[in-house]
Amino acid sequence: MADTSEKVGLLRVLGPAHVWALGVGIVLVGEYMGWNFGVGKGGAYAALIACWFAGILYTCVAMIDSEVTSTVAAAGGQYTQANHIVGALMAFNVGLYLVFAYTMLEAANAWTVGFLVQTVGGLAGHEGTLNDDPFIVLSIMFLAWLNYRGVLATLTFNLVITAFAFVAIILLFLMTAPFTAPDLMQHAELMSGQAALPYGWLGILAAMHFGLWYYLGIEGTTQAAEEVRSPARSLPFGTLAGIMTLVIAATLTWFVCVGLMPWEYLGTAGTPLFDAARLSGSSFLVWLLGIGTLFATLASANGCINDASRAWFSMGRDRYLPSWFGAVHPKYRTPYRAIIFLVPIALLFALKLPLDQIITFSILSGLLGYTFMPLNMIMFRRKWPLDTIKRGYVHPFHPIPAILLLALCAVTYFAVFLGYGTQLVAMVGFYVVASLWFHFWRYRFVNRGAQFTMPWPKPKGY
Amino acid sequence: MMDFWDYLEYAAWAGSAIFGLLIVADWIKTDTTYSEEMLTSSREGELEAMTEQHKL
Repeated sequence: MADTSEKVGLLRVLGPAHVWALGVGIVLVGEYMGWNFGVGKGGAYAALIACWFAGILYTCVAMIDSEVTSTVAAAGGQYTQANHIVGALMAFNVGLYLVFAYTMLEAANAWTVGFLVQTVGGLAGHEGTLNDDPFIVLSIMFLAWLNYRGVLATLTFNLVITAFAFVAIILLFLMTAPFTAPDLMQHAELMSGQAALPYGWLGILAAMHFGLWYYLGIEGTTQAAEEVRSPARSLPFGTLAGIMTLVIAATLTWFVCVGLMPWEYLGTAGTPLFDAARLSGSSFLVWLLGIGTLFATLASANGCINDASRAWFSMGRDRYLPSWFGAVHPKYRTPYRAIIFLVPIALLFALKLPLDQIITFSILSGLLGYTFMPLNMIMFRRKWPLDTIKRGYVHPFHPIPAILLLALCAVTYFAVFLGYGTQLVAMVGFYVVASLWFHFWRYRFVNRGAQFTMPWPKPKGY
Repeated sequence: MMDFWDYLEYAAWAGSAIFGLLIVADWIKTDTTYSEEMLTSSREGELEAMTEQHKL
């Protein structure tokens, strides 16, 4: 056995660009695929309203997260925030929301990598259907290995492929926009008459669910809190730059796609940005967006492994789960057991469960997490007002963003209930059962006293 | 008749197995080399001191 007196912990090696790459990397795949199902639900204008409506929701998320995480600078993100600000049962639930949302999203991304390789194989003349299983497994194993070996390499890799995928969207816009190709876009023809709002205002409500796809996962930047060199600066900077990037990318994506494809086709397309590149007639853009789609998918899976493992690790470290999961690799300084443990779960989700169910459960877990955030923010400001502890970032107009986020969550619940009522009830039922298990059994092992390590004064009113 | 894509399938399985083995081999080596007390010694709030101790 090696020297046991030494302590090991995660390494502070990341900068704001890595935070940006983590947040945008998880999300950008939503621009490449998925958002367009909202067009099928309510037409092009409904998808744009959903895009900006969700943009407001996520700007609130980004601002709230930036303030709390720049202060609660520890791994676990929202789980750790709940632990310090709300209480044990909330923290346990939020931890589970995070792990399920990210692991299921990782599985969906791996499935998509398999689908992309299968499609390219078919287009390249492969006879019969290519088996996508080995490519699904390879993407999960490679990214798990990368995460195992160190956070700096993992998120630098994410930075490169995410930047590539974002630049690809910008170039697609520049090369198809009216000022460079005057006759290519057909917005007026494709969005007038019955095509404007094919299902009326109800269609807009139905499209809201898919508005989340443009931004789902930006809150993942908080998981890097224990590994950034300067949490007070890097986390707000990376997160807010991330949401700005996504609003730009989402709007450009919408503009290009609805100008090139009729809503009936776009609403069911598997890879809308790639299809837009094909319609542009430029082989350069076809290659660029093809590689961009693959990179965006890998970046998302990579960020999800990073985030799910940090949440699981933190729960283990605080004894919410067996402390075995709270181990840090002495050489690579990563939560290696949490990374390993989540690999077979992601493989199971990716290989055995239907894609639409995985994505729905991932989004629902995310939505439960967003509902926690405004309540957390209000409690944070009440217990520790601005003059009691120093924050890295103070978000403006409090409590308006928190109230707005709560209201938008309520609207989104209603929209989700219309489309996926059974899954919503099943998911809530699962968390109720998990909460009962935690309350009556697991809570006795939680080391509450050892957790309050932040050098904060006593909360107001206590 | 096997084509490029069939070989790519086998290569993907082989790559997956290699990454899996690399992870598991290092996991076993780490868990047998270091004590459990050290591996689970990370505590929230002790980061700054540890970062200073760490030598790159």
